[in-house]
Amino acid sequence: MTNVILCGVGGQGTVLASRIIAAAAMAKGEFVQTAETIGMAQRGGCVVSHVRIGKDAETSLVPMGSADVIIAFEPSEAVRNLPYLKNDGILITSDRAIQPVTVSLSGNSYDSDKMLQYLKKKVSRCYVIDTEKIIEECGSIKPLNVALVGALAKSNVIDLTTEDVENILKEKVKPAFLEMNKKAVRIGGEAL
Amino acid sequence: MELLMGNEAIALGALKAGVQVVSGYPGTPSTEVLETIAKRNPGEVYVEWSVNEKAALEVSAGAAYSGARTMVTMKQVGLNVASDPLMCVNYIGVKGGMVVLVCDDPGPISSQTEQDTRHFAKYAKIPVFDPVNPVEAFEMIQTAFDYSEKYNTPVIFRSTTRVSHACASIEVGELPTLTKPEGFIKDKRWVIFPRLSYQNKIKLEARESVLSKDFSELKYNQVTGAGKLGIACGGVSYTYIKEELNKANEDYKLFKVATPFPFPEELALNFLKGLEKVLVFEELDPVIEDALIYLCGKYNIQVEIIGKRNGKVPNAGELSTVIAADCISELFGKDYRIQTDAFNDQPSTPMRPPVLCAGCPHRASFYAVKQAMKGKEAVFCGDIGCYTLGNAAPLDMVDTCLCMGAGITVAQGIGRAQDTTTNFAFIGDSTFFASGITGIVNAVYNKSNEVIIILDNSTTAMTGHQPHPGIGKTVMGEIAPVVSIKKIVEAIGVNYLKEVNPLNLKEAVDTVKEAASVEGVRVIIFKSPCIAVTKKREKLTVRQEKCTGCKKCIKELGCPALSIKDGKIKVDASLCTGCGLCSQVCPFGALNKEAN
Repeated sequence: MTNVILCGVGGQGTVLASRIIAAAAMAKGEFVQTAETIGMAQRGGCVVSHVRIGKDAETSLVPMGSADVIIAFEPSEAVRNLPYLKNDGILITSDRAIQPVTVSLSGNSYDSDKMLQYLKKKVSRCYVIDTEKIIEECGSIKPLNVALVGALAKSNVIDLTTEDVENILKEKVKPAFLEMNKKAVRIGGEAL
Repeated sequence: MELLMGNEAIALGALKAGVQVVSGYPGTPSTEVLETIAKRNPGEVYVEWSVNEKAALEVSAGAAYSGARTMVTMKQVGLNVASDPLMCVNYIGVKGGMVVLVCDDPGPISSQTEQDTRHFAKYAKIPVFDPVNPVEAFEMIQTAFDYSEKYNTPVIFRSTTRVSHACASIEVGELPTLTKPEGFIKDKRWVIFPRLSYQNKIKLEARESVLSKDFSELKYNQVTGAGKLGIACGGVSYTYIKEELNKANEDYKLFKVATPFPFPEELALNFLKGLEKVLVFEELDPVIEDALIYLCGKYNIQVEIIGKRNGKVPNAGELSTVIAADCISELFGKDYRIQTDAFNDQPSTPMRPPVLCAGCPHRASFYAVKQAMKGKEAVFCGDIGCYTLGNAAPLDMVDTCLCMGAGITVAQGIGRAQDTTTNFAFIGDSTFFASGITGIVNAVYNKSNEVIIILDNSTTAMTGHQPHPGIGKTVMGEIAPVVSIKKIVEAIGVNYLKEVNPLNLKEAVDTVKEAASVEGVRVIIFKSPCIAVTKKREKLTVRQEKCTGCKKCIKELGCPALSIKDGKIKVDASLCTGCGLCSQVCPFGALNKEAN
């Protein structure tokens, strides 16, 4: 059984990322369950997607302390969801903070470096995605979700190759955006 | 095999069962059921978004009277709206199978209440099915149609958020070819009258024990294992407890309840036999627990029951594997708890409540009213939709929120109790059609004094952009007549009616000021499409030399695209839609369209 947690902020495309991982596993004949945040929280709130691969998972929600990998779209969300990670689990995270309105209103911004430092201290296999490079090469932060999946494919934690991801992208992404997404897969892979 | 969300699995299961007419009203977590029927329609199935749940259930009943298999979809609070027809059609019965699909929302995650639809089934004396996951939901909904026809009764199919919004690999297979329903055959049985209700009540009561027996044989109700300790559960809670039981090496009996009403009594007695202690693990209310306590009383069975009634299982909020592990530790007297303290030293993470999207026209509407009423006594009655999020700082423009359509009438009530404030009611376009119209009629007829703000963003936004009567198209993709909000309001007899684009800040503020200065029922339609259904405009940029870092834009609007970097405002280009509200608020002209 393999457990994956994807966490971020509503609107970042966590659902597409979890669907890519699920589709790749299903293409290999695996039984897959996922659970997603849909509804009010999608409006800029915290969102978590669970992906469980294997017949022996009873519930679609990953239990605390049993995620093989956490894919975080935002550093403070990585910290928030760290209790899902199992002892030797890996973490792949974006380095780009999304400032909640509540924080901006107080005239401040939260310190994402502090979050990243903590993550590196607590997780021996912590990989950080270079989001500046995504914006630079892809022209937007939008394909961050695909970059994170690209990093997962490189990690060998689950049975997922870069090629699998690209094949699924062909089905799920409009042809005009395919090249940009492939670039994102590559940049993500470079984090490892 | 395809990865299907629970709601998709329910829809495809219904299609497999040969459903012919599907109606509903959007509401998280139920919405995707009807949308999937529309998307995967083999061609012959009639699908509609009804104006509200009451209308939807009545459409469903009429078609079921005529022999069609029907399904009506809604969230749990929608069943309150539909309860009038439900509490009568249970007496009348149906000819074609009729499934009332209701999604409960433990948490609650996206709802006003944590009400438990299993009670509603018991109250209406109709069977209820409660699946544990999408795989079971796909099969069980087909069984639900069979039972509906076997007993000529509507049945409730109850799902919860974690079943509806979970996905699993499912093989759908071929969909059946539909045959034309028999049609409506005139008969006194379709006319509810006191005499008929009396006779049918006798049948309803007698049916309960027959169904209970039948359900004891139903394959989804199961008793497994052996031992002196037992666990009873239903719905998604079953999967949480199973996950944790698999880790424990213990002997136990497990009772999975798929039909909480009528309760499968024979099977339950078989479960209770030889037990000393039972853990009842279920979300929302103690329905299974109370049924077991009742049986213990009825048959004088000595067994200790641990659950919500003695405070061992939480009686509010979702359950989880963590809580399941706590509960089985209590049951077995051993420590099976999940350790979660490895990260207790984590730095505090920022709160992230849901907010109105960047560029949302509701922000402009609330801001305009707030500016117009600055320094004046006013009460702002909100309603159900994205615009409930107008409650958050810095807008802070929702003083009351109750249920669909209540803002308009609650404002009237406040006006009857105090005449010192200007009372506003905010209502969205879909909510207006669902249940706002009667409130306006009430206001005009009873000569109320209020300002009604209709936030018309041309969609049902919160639940994922469903069409409604004001849009001009249906869920089946057909062109439909546009029902005009403006003409309805005029026809009701509202004399003061204005329509303004809220993104024109000055005009919007002036209109509200004028409306507030007169008496009677005043209606302002703030018309501007939801950012999700409109093309993006040119984004804004910050003129660094002009931005003084006063933060007025952030502090007054709370737009998620605006943040602070190095003392100056920063616009997040991936979020900005170019609505231009902030440029109208900035006193220094520092926020401009990119093209400038």
